[in-house]
Amino acid sequence: MSRLTPTFEKLRQNKRKALVPYIVAGDPSMELSLPLMHKLVAQGADILEIGVPFSDPMAEGPVIQLAHERALVHGVSLGGILDLVAEFRKNDGDTPVVLMGYANPVERMGYSSFASRAKAAGVDGVLIVDMPPEEAEDLNACLAGQSIDNIFLLAPTTTDERIAKVSAMAGGYIYCVSLKGVTGAGNIDVAQVKTLMARIHAHTDLPVTVGFGIKDETTATQVAACCDGVVVGSALVSRVAASDGSEPAVLEATTLIRDIRHALDGLSG
Amino acid sequence: MSKAIDYTAYPDERGHFGPYGGRFVSETLMCALDELEAAYTSLRSDPDFIAEFDRDLAQYVGRPSPLYFAERWTRETGGAQIFLKREDLNHTGAHKVNNTIGQALLAKHMGKTRIIAETGAGQHGVASATVAARLGMSCHVFMGEEDVHRQALNVYRMKLLGAEVIPVKSGSRTLKDAMNEAMRDWVTHVDDTFYIIGTVAGPHPYPQLVRDFQCIIGREARQQCLDQTGRLPDALVACVGGGSNAIGLFHPFLGDDSVAMYGVEAGGYGVETGKHAAPLTAGSAGVLHGNRTYLMQDDNGQIIHTHSVSAGLDYPGVGPEHSWLKDSGRARYVTINDDEALSAFRELTLVEGIMPALESSHALAYAKKQAATMDKDQIVIVNLSGRGDKDIHTVAQIDGIQLT
Ligand SMILES: Cc1ncc(COP(=O)(O)O)c(C=O)c1O
Repeated sequence: MSRLTPTFEKLRQNKRKALVPYIVAGDPSMELSLPLMHKLVAQGADILEIGVPFSDPMAEGPVIQLAHERALVHGVSLGGILDLVAEFRKNDGDTPVVLMGYANPVERMGYSSFASRAKAAGVDGVLIVDMPPEEAEDLNACLAGQSIDNIFLLAPTTTDERIAKVSAMAGGYIYCVSLKGVTGAGNIDVAQVKTLMARIHAHTDLPVTVGFGIKDETTATQVAACCDGVVVGSALVSRVAASDGSEPAVLEATTLIRDIRHALDGLSG
Repeated sequence: MSKAIDYTAYPDERGHFGPYGGRFVSETLMCALDELEAAYTSLRSDPDFIAEFDRDLAQYVGRPSPLYFAERWTRETGGAQIFLKREDLNHTGAHKVNNTIGQALLAKHMGKTRIIAETGAGQHGVASATVAARLGMSCHVFMGEEDVHRQALNVYRMKLLGAEVIPVKSGSRTLKDAMNEAMRDWVTHVDDTFYIIGTVAGPHPYPQLVRDFQCIIGREARQQCLDQTGRLPDALVACVGGGSNAIGLFHPFLGDDSVAMYGVEAGGYGVETGKHAAPLTAGSAGVLHGNRTYLMQDDNGQIIHTHSVSAGLDYPGVGPEHSWLKDSGRARYVTINDDEALSAFRELTLVEGIMPALESSHALAYAKKQAATMDKDQIVIVNLSGRGDKDIHTVAQIDGIQLT
């Protein structure tokens, strides 16, 4: 079992919501990614989603696209990111780490080599944005062999039939995309998220986190009220981008996570 | 002995051509693709839909396009007889319109009101803007910023046709980035929008339906060759960007074992320089834009920048069916460099009075080499996929002439 299921169990017992920040590995630099990860945990993150940069990030809005481009300028690679996770594990054995990215870097490394290296590094979950369950059988088998969870997306356009199918293959948690659009979109509609959550809960007991468009305490608490956790991506990445790139300034960006943590903890279960 | 492959049975029901193809997209688009697949599966065998498509091809596009014997060029080449399949004579000047007519009819039947498209050379953008104008739909064309400069004439054509052209500033600012941006737009407006993909790439069912619409090229060419010469050709030659004009010509001949097929990729400055757009020749398998196929990528699985003098071939991937045909050996894939394509452009213009697109010039240059090695009674058909008017600025610039 990965660290994800126990983490969500503990959160449920304590009637808390999962706070899941997303950063792109290597943005602004590989050296700063490690202290940034630790700082996010210190500010109250329960799970870290680490973006694996790709030259063609089709599902990303402009903020995260640029972060991918910045990271790639330094030649950040999937292998380097696995080393980063291994470094992180030296000082943090508890916080689950999920790699989020696109299929091609994983294809290039090879599924089984990726799965065993990810396990050795201490990765808990993998979310390949452009690999729906229909194409994921082989990767799933490799990940399952290493007790790594394959995390799938559900979207407002997903039919009930597909919710059932995706849930059957998913592990760890389900990542629910809040809106029709790319990351960082501004059109999150909480009522629509609630409707979707009701449809999802009819099919699965897996924890569900919601992402895309959650940018502050208000959107986070509204959305968290109907799910198990929230993912904060573009809002955090844009703060990292706006910093001057020095270590204190980059770490300062995480105050967003601290503030959202406080707001979430004010929610009663 | 291995059994003959029934090429018409592919892709399989999950959209795969052997290990290639498939549907690698984010969850938000999966239902849109299911909906498209269901609509296409019922319409492709619907006699009314087929009749509507055929009528448009005849009366709006001007089909059938001629199969022209390039007698003088053949004489100069001194080998096999070279025939040109004149897709350049289609309305809007390239083969691209065969596909946009088909997809626009699908969009209409599905009740979609907004068209989006990506374009490289601008030919697919123009063909999309054209059908959108005719059907009264709004049209938004994504085009890499670099291509907006290279193909200024087509940009203005699209605007005159009422389309909005959106310059794409991300990544390498060419066709692949335009496709990324079109996908992002589609995810955002998935309810009312139909994405007309311009080549046999993208997630299933696009490689299949674009191929089916483009197969009119090969079906006509096969019959015309039989009618005009009494026999089948010995070889087919077509340029390969995403691969739509090539698959359109090749596919109806796949069961004819005597017919050799050559897909010509853009060699750019030369494959050995790394500055080219030849994934089948020099790339490896991977996943991009919704399908598994040969790609130009680095050791970390990042897509690398391509180069070709022709914007329509400047793409790091290729349709999945070509990857499969390459592995099976049924078709062969070769390259022609920028300078060779430019010579063919000039030569056909001077010798036959036909100005080819720079994309098609790659096929012509290879056909000339190939024909020279063949007997005089053999036949080569080249897909003249488009006309060269759009490239006059590029050629003039290479000649050091500033057109105003
Ligand atoms: C005239 C012409 N030929 C060929 C191509 C390449 O596309 P494909 O390989 O899909 O035929 C283009 C693309 O823009 C084109 O305009």
